[in-house]
Order: sequence, then C-alpha cells, then structure tokens
Amino acid sequence: MDFLLDSLRASLYLIVTRDPAFCHAVWTSLYVSFWSIIFAALLGIPAGLAVGLTEFPLKRTVITGLNSLMAVPTVLIGLLVYGFISRQGPFGGFGLLFTPSAIIVGDALLAAPIVANLALSSVRGANAAILPTAMTLGGDRLQSVLTLVSEIRFGMVAAVIAGFGRVVSEVGVAMMLGGNILGYTRTMTTAIALETSKGEFALGIALGIVLMAVALAVNVIFQFLQRK
Amino acid sequence: MLPGSPVLAMERLRMSTTTSTENSGLLAVLLPPFEKKHGCKVDVIAVGTGKSLKLGETGDVDVVFVHARKPEDKFVADGFGVNRRDVMYNDFVILGPPDDPAGIRNTVSASDAFARIAAAQARFVSRGDESGTHQKEKEIWKAAGIVPKGKWYLEAGQGMGEVIQMAAQVRGYTLADRGTYIAYRKKTDLAVLRQGDKGLWNPYGVIAVNPARHPHVKHGLAMKFIEYLTGEEGRRIIADFKIDGEPLFFVHGPHEVKH
Repeated sequence: MDFLLDSLRASLYLIVTRDPAFCHAVWTSLYVSFWSIIFAALLGIPAGLAVGLTEFPLKRTVITGLNSLMAVPTVLIGLLVYGFISRQGPFGGFGLLFTPSAIIVGDALLAAPIVANLALSSVRGANAAILPTAMTLGGDRLQSVLTLVSEIRFGMVAAVIAGFGRVVSEVGVAMMLGGNILGYTRTMTTAIALETSKGEFALGIALGIVLMAVALAVNVIFQFLQRK
Repeated sequence: MLPGSPVLAMERLRMSTTTSTENSGLLAVLLPPFEKKHGCKVDVIAVGTGKSLKLGETGDVDVVFVHARKPEDKFVADGFGVNRRDVMYNDFVILGPPDDPAGIRNTVSASDAFARIAAAQARFVSRGDESGTHQKEKEIWKAAGIVPKGKWYLEAGQGMGEVIQMAAQVRGYTLADRGTYIAYRKKTDLAVLRQGDKGLWNPYGVIAVNPARHPHVKHGLAMKFIEYLTGEEGRRIIADFKIDGEPLFFVHGPHEVKH
C-alpha cells in the first residue's frame, strides 16, 4: 500500500511543483501525438473512404491486410523507420533520427492503419442508404461523398481518438526513434520506462497517473467538440 | 520543425553513452556547465557500450563516451573515431545475495568466483547486451574456462540498473560497475562479494566520431567537449561526484583520489 500512496504523492508533487523536466515530457508527448495523429488522419481517412466507397477486385484481401496492419508491433515500426532515417539509411541526410520529428513519423505510421480501419467501418455502416439518397437528390459524386462524410463524422472523430490513444501510450517507437533524450525527445512513456529501469517505481507510476489524466482530458475535449 | 515544438533551435551535440554514466546521475551534473559555456545542448542517448559504438560507426552521433577498451581501440583503428582520451575509471564488482549460496566470498580471483557460481549452478544474471559490462563478464568466463549455459544462467538483455534489480529478485549473482551499484545500493539487498582484482578495472574513454568518414558530424563541438571532460573543470566535477559520501568515478592527475 505504501507503494501506491508514494506514487500518488509523487504524482501530485510533480503536478504541483510543475517540475520542468516533467512538464517537458508531458508537452513532448502531446506535441508528437498531436502531429502524428494529424498525419495519420491525412493518410488513414482517405484510405478508409477510398476502400469503403469503391468496388474493386481483391477488396476483401485489402481489408484483411488493412486489419492485420493494426497488429504490427511498435518496435517493428520503430526498427523499419530507424533503417530508413539512420545516417546509413536512404533518408539519413535529413538527420531525423533521435528528434521529435522521427517519433512523429513512426507514430503516424503506427496510427494510420487504425484510423483507416475505423474510418472504413463507419463508411460501411452508413454507406447503404446515404450515398444513393444524396445521388437521387441531385448531388454529383463528390458532393454525395461529402454528405456521407458529414453524416459519419462521429465515426471519423472516434477513429482519430482511437489513433491518439494508441500513439500517446506507446513506448517502442518513441524509445527507438527518439532515443529518450532528456528535455528533447523524452516522452511520458519513455520516462516511465526509464524510471522503472532506475528502480524508481513510485515515480514511474506517478507518471502513469499523469498520462492517464492527460488522456482523459483529451477525450473530454474531443467529446465536447463532438457535441457541438 | 512543426508549430508547438517543445524545443528551441540550439546547437546540439549528440552523444551516445553507457547506461552507467546516465543512470548514476553523473551526466546531470557534468553536462550543464559545458552546455552553458558553449550555448549548446548535449543530447544523451544512453545505451550499452556496444550500441553506443555502433551509433558512432553509422554517424548517428557526434561523440561516444563508453567503457570497453578493446572495442574502443578497434573503433579508432577501423577509422570510425578519432582523438580517444581516457576520462575516468572505476571498477567492476561481483554482486550476490548476502548469504552467498555459491560461497564466492573467499575465492582468490574473479574467474575463480565465476567458476564456483557455475559449479554450484547458482543463478547468474547476465546483461547479455554487448555492453561494456557484458564484454567484461564474457572475458571473465573465458578466463575461467567456462561457457556459461543452462537454467541458472539468465541473459536479461537489459541495462545495468534492471539487471541489478533482477539479480536481487531472483537471489542471483551478477557483475556490475561500482558506480551503478552504489547508485542502486539502497534499492536492493545485494552485497559486494568479490572486488579489487586487476582484471576488474573499468576505464571510461571518450572518442570523437571521425569527420572524414561522416562529414555531417559536429566535430568542432565534439572536440571541445572532449577537452572539457578531460580538462580541469570536467575532472573536478567527476572527482567531486558522490552518492552517500562515496565517489563513483575516479580521475588521474591533480584530482586523483587514492583508494
């Protein structure tokens, strides 16, 4: 019990004192998650819509593939991106490895399949009635699709929230591509991993509590936006 | 850089280093004066010595700060690094449960102690990650003429701190650098059961990544950093760094502490 009480106390202490290293880790987490989910949405939503709204051979296979991509382990994505952006890799010249941008790239690739799959399911759930109706009301193909998208916008927001949850909580990509550099690429999750490795379990759990609080706050904000 | 970026544009020196310099807390006091003086940031990537050197080979860092003399010399000989300098040293210790089930307390050497552990099939937690400590451990097994294998030999593949904690949890033995051991002493009940052999010496070196091989590295800043580490100020900070009144690292020369 002491252990949990210590953790609670440590988390309150971190928040109240606004410890600079801690605040930086929180901000870095939000920053990389925000941008990676933007990019993931830009990739995933059009992909999900395209697959959901068109008929083509092997469609089932593509959907199965898209579903399987959600299971790719974070460290594998980290490793693949690492190979591309290390100085030895094809994009080495940009010097991206061990920067926040590297984490954004990895996290965007991690979240894109989730966003695509959820976008796809909401399209499939709604498709049957809306599209033909919009077409008969005289809209052209593009307008009809836009009508559909606005009808299923809750599904889209849900897709983005799920993607955000995935990237804000993952540690593999952030550790491999960011390098856990203090005051630069250290995120909440890599900080938890580090404190655990140092045997500072209470501090690790304290960070975990804060991570959960941040996730809660983000979801509340999203929900608020949805209601509008 | 995207809007909202948490960092200011500043010259950044990338250093890969062993987990012992970071986890012990040394870098937290050693780096800020240098950063202030040169208006830069030192980005620390704390991984094992093996991976640190690898990052130097691929040019993903500007400078490496590690502890495994043979691979360091090879790194320089192969043309990946230049200007290797000795920075500091401490030593390795063999840790184990205080009741010492394999009876290594009264052995005559580190390899003798390892031989007893193997004979007793007592649990031994290895770093298993090609770190400097792991390389030293393999050296000792070799000297003892033993290929460690079996249920008693656990390869963790983790950092020094994790391995010390694992050894304490499974009531096993392990090899650790003294710096990390002192930093973790309060969190475990492991005891130092074997120390002081010549073979357990643990020197740390700093090497600049060769700019002829990787033209993008910040060689000028890396050289300034090496000068700082091995100069008056760096040596004083290292010698003054203590946990519970005990120094973790030692330097040669004016700030040398006899022990």
